[in-house]
Amino acid sequence: MATFRDLLAAAKATITEIDTASAEARIAVGGVAVLDVREPDEHAEGALIGALHIPRGHLEAQVEGRLTDKNAPVIVYCAGGVRSAFAAKTLGELGYTNVLSMAGGFGKWKDEGRLWKAPASLTPEQSNRYKRHLLLPEVGVEGQAKLLGSKVLLLGAGGLGSPAALYLAAAGVGTIGIVDMDEVDASNLQRQILHNIDRVGDRKVDSAKKTLTALNPDVNVVCYDTRLSAENIIDIITGYDVIVDGADNFPSRYLLNDASVKLGIPVVHGSIFRFEGMVSVFHPKLGPTYRDMVPEPPPAELAPSCAEAGVLGVLPGIVGSIQALEAIKVLLGLGEPLIGRILAVDTTEMSFRVFNLRPDPTNPVTWENRDRIEVRELDGLCAPWLSTH
Amino acid sequence: MAVTVRIPTTLRPLSGGNATVQVEGGTLREVLTALDAAHPGFKDRLFDEQGNQRRFVNLFVADDDARYLQGLDTPVPAGETVSIIPAVAGG
Repeated sequence: MATFRDLLAAAKATITEIDTASAEARIAVGGVAVLDVREPDEHAEGALIGALHIPRGHLEAQVEGRLTDKNAPVIVYCAGGVRSAFAAKTLGELGYTNVLSMAGGFGKWKDEGRLWKAPASLTPEQSNRYKRHLLLPEVGVEGQAKLLGSKVLLLGAGGLGSPAALYLAAAGVGTIGIVDMDEVDASNLQRQILHNIDRVGDRKVDSAKKTLTALNPDVNVVCYDTRLSAENIIDIITGYDVIVDGADNFPSRYLLNDASVKLGIPVVHGSIFRFEGMVSVFHPKLGPTYRDMVPEPPPAELAPSCAEAGVLGVLPGIVGSIQALEAIKVLLGLGEPLIGRILAVDTTEMSFRVFNLRPDPTNPVTWENRDRIEVRELDGLCAPWLSTH
Repeated sequence: MAVTVRIPTTLRPLSGGNATVQVEGGTLREVLTALDAAHPGFKDRLFDEQGNQRRFVNLFVADDDARYLQGLDTPVPAGETVSIIPAVAGG
């Protein structure tokens, strides 16, 4: 009967080992996956930066879903180099052709003073609450921890802000700021699903906070019961990672544009009218912004508000949910956010069309000109203000 | 072969309620002029007094913003779709 030593010797005969110094050099070059096969409690105390974690007990079942290219190089490690040797053998049997087991493991790596960090961690309650996110390799514990540390500001707790806030809170965005100066009116309830009949007459921000904290106590809801103005906008939006624009008028949208471009904060734009809506991501550092798409607002007689012209109640549910999704994509660096593109939704025919947007060379409100942008009250044509120096 | 113009719901009262209108024309200006001839009223909504594209209306030829192509002189191949997307601010 074989002993442990026999099994280890047999495993080592079939695999290739790499020492820690060579592994570090190889990782620095890039293009190599790093796989940590230790137990969760060991991993939680510290790991190589960017390492994929699959405990050895789950290796066979999970690795093919996580490392899809079997010819790509993989460095596998454990605490001391024993479990990684067995794991490397298993990977070879699964058809991985370029596997290296790191001799000495994380213990040696750490002792030699090489770079590592304690991975993000969640409480057991959070691990359960966000289980469906954790199952997505694109989110995982790291991404969920990032969401919990993120700050999103919602402009408006109305039609668009309601579904956006609910989904962002459910997703575990740790800080959600809400700017709204209105009180809940019974006519809001046809679409503004943050509120309910018992809250009619309450401040909207207070109603929103009650709903969101009841949904997810992880979320810190910050209320701004005020009208967004040139005087307060910089103070309010500073420090937020993403702003979800669900305003109901053009001057607020231009004011937000100018302030967000000045500070370089991405804005997830949503706008709705009757049966149609639009979503785009205006990222001042990466693509066109609101003034590139709409150089000036329409005159009031050509642009009635939803209060005047109506809106189908489900429409903001769709558009606001897409805004929440785009906000999460921006926060996590996931997929292709709608930067430089606008999604136009027509629910009468249920079409979703995407059009390309470009920077307007005549638009002076840009990230490059940020020091010259003056955030002032806007009305009429909402023309921008820039200092001349 | 005609060009298809997609009409937003806000402007459908002008097109008799139609979501799309087929017209003839080789440039964006010709297409929209033909649209106005078939359904009077579009010109006022899309062009200013000098005949330029209004700044709160986006016109897309296929997927691209005509403002950054050749404006109203942008060629529109037969069979192509022109989309009118007016700015809205509702939330």
